[in-house]
Amino acid sequence: MAELLKIENLHVAFPTDDGLVRAVDGVSFTLNEGETVAIVGESGSGKTVTGLSVMGLHKRGSAQVSGSINLKDGDRSLDIVTASDEEIRLLRGRAVAMIFQDPMSSLHPYYRIGNQLAEGYALHNPGKKKEGLKRAIEMLDLVGIAEPAERANEYPHQFSGGMRQRVMIAMALMNSPRVLIADEPTTALDVTVQAQILILLAKLQKEFNMGILLITHDLGVVAQVADKVSVMYAGRIVEQGSADDVFYKPKAPYTLGLLKSVPRITTHGSERLKAIPGQPPSLINLPTGCAFTDRCEFASHAAGDICATKRPELLGTYPAHLSRCHVLESTRDSLFVKELKEVRS
Amino acid sequence: MVNFLSRRIFYAIATLLVVSAVVFAIFSLLPFDPAALTCGQKCTDQIIAGNRIKLGFDKPLYIQYALFLSGIFFGRSYGTGSAAFECPAPSFGYSFNENACVTDLLREALPVTVSLALGALILWLIVGISLGVIAARFKNKWPDRLSSIFVLLGTSLPTFVTGLALLIWVTIKWKLVPLSLTGYTPLIENPFKFVQFFILPWITLAIAYAALYTRFTRAAVLETLGEDYIRTARAKGVKERTVLFKHTMRAVFAPIITLAGLDFAGLIGGAIITETIFNLPGLGRLTLRSTFEFDLPVVLATTILAASVVITMNLIIDMLYAVLDPRVRI
Repeated sequence: MAELLKIENLHVAFPTDDGLVRAVDGVSFTLNEGETVAIVGESGSGKTVTGLSVMGLHKRGSAQVSGSINLKDGDRSLDIVTASDEEIRLLRGRAVAMIFQDPMSSLHPYYRIGNQLAEGYALHNPGKKKEGLKRAIEMLDLVGIAEPAERANEYPHQFSGGMRQRVMIAMALMNSPRVLIADEPTTALDVTVQAQILILLAKLQKEFNMGILLITHDLGVVAQVADKVSVMYAGRIVEQGSADDVFYKPKAPYTLGLLKSVPRITTHGSERLKAIPGQPPSLINLPTGCAFTDRCEFASHAAGDICATKRPELLGTYPAHLSRCHVLESTRDSLFVKELKEVRS
Repeated sequence: MVNFLSRRIFYAIATLLVVSAVVFAIFSLLPFDPAALTCGQKCTDQIIAGNRIKLGFDKPLYIQYALFLSGIFFGRSYGTGSAAFECPAPSFGYSFNENACVTDLLREALPVTVSLALGALILWLIVGISLGVIAARFKNKWPDRLSSIFVLLGTSLPTFVTGLALLIWVTIKWKLVPLSLTGYTPLIENPFKFVQFFILPWITLAIAYAALYTRFTRAAVLETLGEDYIRTARAKGVKERTVLFKHTMRAVFAPIITLAGLDFAGLIGGAIITETIFNLPGLGRLTLRSTFEFDLPVVLATTILAASVVITMNLIIDMLYAVLDPRVRI
């Protein structure tokens, strides 16, 4: 499996009047061919900012980006962080494409669907304007839109939400990119439509042998499609591993909290939904210690007040399953398994 | 479409009837005798009484109004025998102050005002939209700051200040534009003189409006640039220039056209101050004069004209919107 995307020690910060907002703080992961890597976390944890960094969509001047984002383009590789605006523009929509959370507002209301799709093709295939529209109709057909030739002549408002997300996917795949970033692709959709979109994405992934970077807060979606998972909290990855490992043997207290707060159908009517107490820290004044300390129920298991004073590193007994926590890994393993059993029984 | 149009035209006619009736009523209720105003200082009671009958002021108010309305469609004749005269349809009555049919007065004044409004409109659209786009593109940098100074000046300086300043400096001190003594020359007759005659009034009006349009365009461009579909365009690899001039401007034009249509319609009603400063024989000056002289037929006519331009313009904008925005269907 060839490596398509390798992010190393990515930092993204936004200077504001109140101070520097550290949205992404030392994120590293790799994405291989045909693989789905999920980034999970709550709002403001830095998932989307990470995705936008890969697209090079942060404005120079308004964002400080450091580290490296190596994206494979054919047989060469380009670092998005140091590349020029024009180099990145030529990659966008061709080597890497992105679909967004809200398909309702992500399509231009004044242009016909077919033209919006064809534009992306013509940009990267100069002088092939006519082929663009043909390709657009093919792609609309591929993502399951009936009568694609007629529909290509219509405007976004004539499509339903699920159909618009299909259009967005078709648009992203116009130039057969190797990497697809899907930022909450199903969040704005009905549950029944969500499943259709996920199945479609999986089918297209096989067909194009794409690497998909799936950004989501929906653990159900992750469980269905992800190969590898990175859990983010306050701009950092707090746990990284295979989807199975993260789901069945979570190692970070935050991941455990997320898994415990998933509502279950067996929950009794009178029972309250479980939630992680407290709020995430401000990204302007991150605590010196672990960012999760204040909300963590396992901090007492760590030595002294190390949780409040020292930032934990992303470590693990197995290199394929890393986590950030000062509590001994063996202690966590035994504690977490018990907790999960209780919840899942 | 046909349904929409016929409904709108019906409403337009109803609105115009109400407007004309209200203006008619206001002037009839004023405590002076319209017949007495038809002749000068050497008036005798006999002449006044004669004019009262000749102009129909002796009849009840509703009949006077009905006569006025029928005049619009069938023309109107006044007096009898050798002293009789006629204002052919569409007749808005007869102005004794000017000794002319009102329709002829309008016919002379309208081209001047339309030329003034249209020229100013073109000028302020070009300046306002360009400055607005530049300001948005270089937000918070020096071009934006510079344009905000222009916006501040343009919106706070009244037209009688900018107009007089232009007249004093450009025409009298620097002698860049000669003082027009020949008056209004139609465009077809002599384009050069036409522009010379209108250039300063155009600039005067355009400065005020261009400032508003700069601010409006800047805000609209910035708002649109923050839309999700602009991010989508960038994600496709669209060039930044194309993002601005194609994807963004396409969405910005619709509201600008709405605004422009309404402002243009408002100006046809009379740019009173500008026309007065530059002594332009347009509708604004006609309205002003007739109001001060209680020249009822002229006031009535200019009011109805202004109202019908606003109503028609609204209709045109609504239909244009359906062309510009695919989401709107009529």
